[in-house]
Amino acid sequence: MADKIHVHSTINGTEVDFLCESRESLLEVLRDTLGMTGTKEGCNDGNCGACTIVLDGRIVDCCCVLGVEAEGKSILTIEGVASPEGLHPLQQAFLEEAALQCGICTPGFIVAAKSLLEREPDADEARIRHWLAGNLCRCTGYDKIIRAVLKAGEMINQGDGGRSSSAAGGVGAADSRDVYND
Amino acid sequence: MQEFEYVAPTNLEDAIRLMAEKGPRAKALAGGTDVLVQLRGGRFQIDRLVDVKKIPELNELSCSETDGLTLGAAVPCCLVYEDPTIQKLYPGVVDSASLIGGIQIQGRATVGGNLCNAAPSGDTIPALIVQEATAIVAGPNGRRSIPVEDFCAGPGRNVLQEGEILVALHMPPPKPHFGANFLRFIPRNEMDIAIANSAASVLLDDSGQNIVSARIAIGSVAPTPVFARDAGNLLVGKEANEASIEEAAEATKKVATPINDMRGTIDQRIHLVGVLTKRALRTAISRAREG
Repeated sequence: MADKIHVHSTINGTEVDFLCESRESLLEVLRDTLGMTGTKEGCNDGNCGACTIVLDGRIVDCCCVLGVEAEGKSILTIEGVASPEGLHPLQQAFLEEAALQCGICTPGFIVAAKSLLEREPDADEARIRHWLAGNLCRCTGYDKIIRAVLKAGEMINQGDGGRSSSAAGGVGAADSRDVYND
Repeated sequence: MQEFEYVAPTNLEDAIRLMAEKGPRAKALAGGTDVLVQLRGGRFQIDRLVDVKKIPELNELSCSETDGLTLGAAVPCCLVYEDPTIQKLYPGVVDSASLIGGIQIQGRATVGGNLCNAAPSGDTIPALIVQEATAIVAGPNGRRSIPVEDFCAGPGRNVLQEGEILVALHMPPPKPHFGANFLRFIPRNEMDIAIANSAASVLLDDSGQNIVSARIAIGSVAPTPVFARDAGNLLVGKEANEASIEEAAEATKKVATPINDMRGTIDQRIHLVGVLTKRALRTAISRAREG
C-alpha cells in the first residue's frame, strides 16, 4: 500500500486531520475515511453533481478533487447545512415541495442551491435552472426541485429564518435568520 | 484509481524538474476535471502527478487595455468570466469559459487545462484562436511561445515535450472596433459536449461598416480544433454584411472534416458549423460596433 499523506482541512467549521493515499478522491475521503456519507457518489466523473461540496467558497464535484488537494482548504458538506436549531430553508422547502424521491441527488442539489442563494437570494427560475444544470435528478423531473429553491429564496428574503408555517421551531425569527444567512 | 506520487511544487523550476524526471509517466494537474477522470478510467498510466496550482506564475490573471490578457494555466474558468475587464475586452473567451460544464466544473476547470486536454470539442480552443492567443510554455530547454492554433496535435494530444508545462495564455491588447463570439451546438441547454462549435472575431474600420481583419475557428469537426484562416481572410476589405458573412461561412464549412458518431453525423456537423459561424460573425460584428 502506498504511503499515506497527512492532510489538514476545515470541514463544516471544524478543523479536521486525516490520512489519505494520493490517489483517493476527496469524495472517498469524506465518505470512507471520515464517515460523512451525506455526500453521495453518482457518476464519479464530474457529470451528475451528487457529490457537490463547497471548497473555499466554490461549489465543486468532489469526485474530481483529490483528498490531498484539500490541504488547508475550507469545506462545507451537506452535514454542515442544517443548524442545531433546525433545518436550513432549502431543506425545509425540499420537504414541503416534495422535491425528492429516491434522495440520492438531494444533498448535491441542496449544497449547490445554498451557494446560489447566498450569492443571489432573488435568483429567478431561469437562473436557478442554469445554476443547477450540473446536478442531475432521474426521479423528479426537476420542477419540484426548482419550486423548492424558489420557495427557499422567498423564505430567506422574508427573514422568517427558514421556518414556514408547517415547521415552527422554537427559535425566534430574528435569531434564526442569523443562523441561516451565514 | 491507480497509485501515483502526488507533488505540489511552489515554483516553476521544481515543477519542470519533477515533470522531466518522469517523462511520459508524469502529468500536470490543474483543475483535475479531465485528468482525474482519465486516470480513474485508465486512459494512461503515470508514476507522478504534479499539481501546478501552487505555482504563482500559473495563477496570474491580469487584464488591461495596454498589456492584454495574461491568463495563468491554473486559473479556473469562473475567475475568467466573473472579471468585468475580461468581459469587456475578451468576450469570446468569456463566452467559452462560461459554457464549459456546469457551475461545479467551472469552479475548478481551467482554460489552460482545456487547451492541454486537446479534445476536438474543447470549448475554449476556437475562442482562444480567434482572440489570437499564444501559449507560453516552459520546460527543461527554456521557454517558448506557441500560437494556440498550432498547440493541438490530435485528439487528446498536444505539442508539449517531456518536462514542458503550459505556464499561461497571452492575448494581445484589444483594438478599437474589435468583437468576438463563441457558439456551440449541444442537444441539451447546458452540460454537454459540442456536436459542432465555432468562434469568430472581427476588426472593423472606424466607420464600423468594413472589415479590416477577421478570424474564424471551429471545433468538433476534425481531429483538432481548426483555424479557418482562409475563410477569415475572405472577409478582409469586405463590407460587414450578410453576403460577406454567408461567403465566409461557406468557406468555413469546406475546412470541416468531421466524422459520424453517437453525437452527430458528418452532414449535420457541416451544416451546424455553417450556421454557427454565421451567427458568431453577426454577434462579433455587432460587438465590434458597440466597442
